[in-house]
Amino acid sequence: MSQTDLEIVVDDPTAPEDDSPSVVSSGTIEIVVCLLLLALAVTFGYDNWRTGASWDATGPEPGYFPFYLCVILGGGSLYGLIVALLAHRAAREVFVTRAQARRVMAVFVPTLLFCLVTQFLGLYVASFLLISGFMRLVGKIALWKSLLTAFVFTAIMFVTFDIAFDVIMPKGPLEAALGR
Amino acid sequence: MEAFGLLLHGFAVLLTWKTLMLMMVGLVLGIFVGVLPGLGGPNGVAILLPLTFTMDPTSAIVMLSCIYWGALFGGAITSILFNIPGEAWSVATTFDGYPMAQQGRAAEALTAAFTSSFIGSLVAVMLITFLAPMISSFALKFGPPEFFAVYLLTFCSFVGLGREAKHKTVISMSLGLLLAGIGMDTVSGQLRMTFGSAELLRGINFLVAVIGLFGISEILLTMEERLALRGHAASISLRVVLSVWKDLPKYWVTLLRSSFIGCWLGITPGGAIAASFMGYNLAKRFAKEPESFGKGRIEGVFAPETAAHASGTSALLPMLALGIPGSGTAAILLGGLMVWGLNPGPLLFVEHKDFVWGLIASMYLGNVVGLALVLTTVPIFASILRVPFAAVAPMIVVSCAIGAYAIQNAMFDIWLMLGFGIVGYVFKKIGIPLAPFTLALVLGNRAEDAFRLSMIGSGGTLKVFWSNGLVGSITTLAIVLLFWPLIDGLLGRVGWRQRGRTATP
Repeated sequence: MSQTDLEIVVDDPTAPEDDSPSVVSSGTIEIVVCLLLLALAVTFGYDNWRTGASWDATGPEPGYFPFYLCVILGGGSLYGLIVALLAHRAAREVFVTRAQARRVMAVFVPTLLFCLVTQFLGLYVASFLLISGFMRLVGKIALWKSLLTAFVFTAIMFVTFDIAFDVIMPKGPLEAALGR
Repeated sequence: MEAFGLLLHGFAVLLTWKTLMLMMVGLVLGIFVGVLPGLGGPNGVAILLPLTFTMDPTSAIVMLSCIYWGALFGGAITSILFNIPGEAWSVATTFDGYPMAQQGRAAEALTAAFTSSFIGSLVAVMLITFLAPMISSFALKFGPPEFFAVYLLTFCSFVGLGREAKHKTVISMSLGLLLAGIGMDTVSGQLRMTFGSAELLRGINFLVAVIGLFGISEILLTMEERLALRGHAASISLRVVLSVWKDLPKYWVTLLRSSFIGCWLGITPGGAIAASFMGYNLAKRFAKEPESFGKGRIEGVFAPETAAHASGTSALLPMLALGIPGSGTAAILLGGLMVWGLNPGPLLFVEHKDFVWGLIASMYLGNVVGLALVLTTVPIFASILRVPFAAVAPMIVVSCAIGAYAIQNAMFDIWLMLGFGIVGYVFKKIGIPLAPFTLALVLGNRAEDAFRLSMIGSGGTLKVFWSNGLVGSITTLAIVLLFWPLIDGLLGRVGWRQRGRTATP
């Protein structure tokens, strides 16, 4: 029998406010993305032209196929830019609100730091710091729960990848001190 | 009959304790990622792919495909109990599934969803069993122009039939193809688009891109939204299951129609999203009381789930037979095959019979085991949602980083993953589709090789793509599909005028 009297409820105390002001509109981001893609198409196009984008005795040169892709990408981006510029005047759809941006940064900045720390302290130490720090600081979860979860998860990852499946991850001074 | 014999051989390959255990692990992991908000089939397969790097190809693909089946089953749990479609193809399931849960019929809706998923997948697997060997033996006659024409057909149908703005699909696809060309040119050995960077010599591994595009970007998007959930708990009893199954014959037309739609849209790159909506809309259109849809009608669950799963499964057919993935997940699985040194396409059926038929057998077995598993464990998986997302999010980030690093043992790939995460987040928010990008990144080098070989063979003339009936019809079809919205518009206008003339006295 279904037990519909029981309910699963998960609340989000840090939910973004509905009336948060807009940081940037979708139209502006579309324009920026199209400009970046256009710049990418020009840069890659130049490199392929330099490599050789025509025919020689053996057939198409290495840059032939990618060069024409750059032309298509550039054309698509230019068209997108015009469409975005025309639409930008008409409607201003929100890309991200201030509250949403704060939440995105709350996960993006720790991820960025995690990548940085991985480079110097190794993946497992960085994982432990990311999980415990994120749970404690962003999720406001009890310190002991955060530390325990981070330790158990990192240990499971270590056993799974480094020991069971022999996939060697980047190591730092701690692993070196422990002889691994 | 030959296919049947080979399938039995596949079961013999598959029925070992080790493979069965991996199948169960895959299914559980799959249901887990399917239930978690923000994750789903392609993300789950991409993130968990590194687990399989050291396995033999058959075990690895069995585990990965089971993660996929599990994720498909898991998605229905959140759609019905929480009104949260984990994937876009689950949206149509919420229309009647959630009202059923609100009426206290959650168990009935879940049983209907799981059963119809199973039926849809089963029909598609049967199609794969009988069609794949035929297509692959036909494809053995293909030369470079035919292969390029098929790639072109895939790309053009994405542009012509996709729902997104055409220029956005073109941007996504050309960017993917371009990034696939970074690194050493396979023919001349010359470096392209590396700008002196030693890290870019290897090129951009598509799995790294996929982990960032799907995994990291989903975390950013999920965090951005409100994560308050309120849903119905459900457990399924044998009585409910038997009662839904007893009524199945009543809905045979809906099930068959949705399976057909799903298979068709899976093989052509229409995709599971289009299939689920088309399945739902046609069920509503042909129903005696269409107004009852959206209010908790069981057919409204059967139709989209059958179509979506038939589509998701049959998307593996072009991947196995031609080496062309029909969906994002199929593209990721194809990348996996390449990592294990297998070359998807017609020769796979000749050179790696054990692998292919083991995989097809695992599709049958995985779906049976998956159905039994979800029917018995719904409450456990539904309660996963009680785990705070602040605990789940960093764990997913770590899994993504492990996945990205493990592919080539390069720290640079972790940074690349982060970069693609930002790209994925922005692209998703401004409506640039990611599926064509993934597909292009996977197929880029193959398409270029086929194009260059065709052009070398023809002395540089594009006439080679119309040099015989086969390649000519595929290329023409590709062009028709590319301009399909225009052709459709013109046909519609002509038809409208003619109707106008006949209506005028």
